[in-house]
Amino acid sequence: MHKRLSMVLVSVLLVSFVLSACGGGGAASNVKVGMVTDMGGIDDKSFNATSWQGVEMAKKELGVQGDYLESQQQTDYAPNITQFVNQGYDLIVTVGFMLADDTAKFAAENPDVNFAIVDFAYDPPIDNVRGLVFATDEAAFLAGYAAAAGSKTGKVATFGGISIPTVTIFMVGFEKGVEYYNQQNGTNVEVLGWSTADNNGVFAGNFESTDDGRRIAEEFMSEGADIIMPVAGPVGLGTAQAVKEAGDAWDIGVDTDWTISVPDYKDVVFTSVMKNMDAAVFDSVKMVTEDGFGGFGGESYVGTLVNDGVGVGPIASGMVSSDVESAMDDIRQGIIDGTINTGWADYLSSLN
Amino acid sequence: MNKKRSEDASIREDTSSVATNSETALRDKVRKTRGVVWRSLLVPLLATVTAFAIGGLVIIATDESVYEAFQDGIGRGIVQVFIVIGRAYGTFFTGAFGNPAQIVEALFSGNAAQIRRAVYPITETLRISTPYIFAGLAVALGFQGGLFNIGAEGQYFVGGLVCVFAGYSITGLPQIIHLPLALLAGVAGGALWGAIPGYLKGKTGAHEVITTIMMNYIAYRLAEFMLDVGGPMARGDGRPVSPEIQLSAYLPQFFPNRVDLRVNAGIFLALGVAWVVWWLLYRTTVGYEIRTVGKNPDAARYAGISVPRVMVITMALSGALAGLSAATDILGVLHFMPNSFFSGYGFDAIALALLGNSHPAGVVLASLLFGAIGAGARNMQGMAHVPIDITSILQGLIIVFIAAPAIIRALYRMREPEEDEELALARG
Repeated sequence: MHKRLSMVLVSVLLVSFVLSACGGGGAASNVKVGMVTDMGGIDDKSFNATSWQGVEMAKKELGVQGDYLESQQQTDYAPNITQFVNQGYDLIVTVGFMLADDTAKFAAENPDVNFAIVDFAYDPPIDNVRGLVFATDEAAFLAGYAAAAGSKTGKVATFGGISIPTVTIFMVGFEKGVEYYNQQNGTNVEVLGWSTADNNGVFAGNFESTDDGRRIAEEFMSEGADIIMPVAGPVGLGTAQAVKEAGDAWDIGVDTDWTISVPDYKDVVFTSVMKNMDAAVFDSVKMVTEDGFGGFGGESYVGTLVNDGVGVGPIASGMVSSDVESAMDDIRQGIIDGTINTGWADYLSSLN
Repeated sequence: MNKKRSEDASIREDTSSVATNSETALRDKVRKTRGVVWRSLLVPLLATVTAFAIGGLVIIATDESVYEAFQDGIGRGIVQVFIVIGRAYGTFFTGAFGNPAQIVEALFSGNAAQIRRAVYPITETLRISTPYIFAGLAVALGFQGGLFNIGAEGQYFVGGLVCVFAGYSITGLPQIIHLPLALLAGVAGGALWGAIPGYLKGKTGAHEVITTIMMNYIAYRLAEFMLDVGGPMARGDGRPVSPEIQLSAYLPQFFPNRVDLRVNAGIFLALGVAWVVWWLLYRTTVGYEIRTVGKNPDAARYAGISVPRVMVITMALSGALAGLSAATDILGVLHFMPNSFFSGYGFDAIALALLGNSHPAGVVLASLLFGAIGAGARNMQGMAHVPIDITSILQGLIIVFIAAPAIIRALYRMREPEEDEELALARG
């Protein structure tokens, strides 16, 4: 019996190797798009997953071929890019600023291949790379304003996954939005979990642990906060769960509209700060597929309130008055005009 | 004192060899040793084969096309099973070792670009194996000394921090001085981080499993503090990464200036260090002391060995090896250090030490296997669309079968091992 089983196992292996030559094939489309993820993996419910949605959209609407390779370590970025280069892909999308060094090296080595990188822009720009960056502070500012208006306790909170600029940009804009509300309305709504002045805040230390998201949310709620914005990918799902159980608190979604992407918690989503990476990736694929495309020419994509690269989702009904909503329209215009400062540029320059 | 003990040991060896000095007895002994070596290789080998077979079942079970084919009929389904598994492991093999026909063709063509592409898979396998060898040796050395070093990951971080600092901050040195200096910096950082739990264990009895785990957390936070935006070692371009190291600290690449072919002198260093660890363990007084403490600390103390001192030495050496693992990644591959450097090597290293039976040669073989799995699985992901998570499944299965050799013996109807062999396996 045992012997038979092991014979079967061995023969399956042997036949497999023999048959390996017959593999391959598949429908060919003229544009091939390859995406290299960061370490969170393709199903991180965060920037990798959102960027991949852009490729999926392009597969459906533009008929391109799209594939992804997941990175498990920093040393995986280069071989993953190599694989796409060797297979003749036309556009290679790298997700996350951690891939910036490798993307730059491969772009220099392969001038005929187009690259797009999420969350990074080169200075000076590289001709065949399109940096996809987002003014998330603009949307977070609006969410902060709305949260300050909607809070019953006069305390709102935010925390991050790891202290990196793509995370803190949410927190800086959020705090500034609350401050602006206080300034306009003579209130004193407090922000827990982040202080731009001190350049310090609460961070889970990872982008994985839902337990951390729950624990931090419970601490914030015990200190009196009733609206919490977790900028930590899947960690935020723990926050949503804690908020749902508490019953009298709300969660602010990040990256995507959580009433749609996380339907389990749609009843406790106050609003969402959307960073439409899928739209940016789709836009880049579309450029490559267009007739007469002559390269990116080193131009970057900056997602703003104007081009809908960033935005806020619908606010939970009954949470803020129509006066607040119309004030938000004015603020939106103010941010676009540059008359309202989201604080991000000042924060960045304070670091260096 | 030390000298005397080693003399004693050699006298004992002399007398034992005199006893078996007749020619046939010697031949018997050699044959027996060979048998033990063969059998000690057999279980890991069969464990690997079985893991791949079960991994194949996982690949089949998670492939939609197989289910679709079975809906068309059993015959179609079975054919599809073989196509899927063949494509998966076929791309796995070419991803790990290259396509033999392509390599031969490229060598005959003499076209440099063609040769580069043909040998790329094997260069990646060697590149992935390099840090594995050091990390595996680190844990194996700890096992030999009876210490379970779970802190290789933290020692890797601290070694990396010190190494990258030496790599970017020192300028104007020739490579022949700067490179060894940067490597030694990695060694020093790792050794320090390892020596602390060793000292705590030796002096206070604090269990090294607890202390090394805690030291890991301190190392992660230390790296974040140093490298986060605005931190003392941050590059200053808004990213949490260190500056690039100077060219004079680069480990020489086999293919200079290639961004894709990253195999470098680190692999030679790894093989050399593996030999040094073997020599240290089996040919020096210190190694004898480490192994004695590992087998029985009470007996070692009775024999006059300072157990706390040996524990500090063991952990420092173990940490030094983990530091070298980071140093070769930084000086040979990345050329900078990111704040989230979660390599996973520290934990894979435990598996490598188990698979290699805590012997340096075994660790090297195990690391080459894991390197091949890493490179092969990546190609399988790209060419056959098998999720990269298959790497963890294969590695996990191999370790399960190594840790429970009874399963393998029952599966392949092997006889029970002799007692001394059992002991040798249990020691890991």
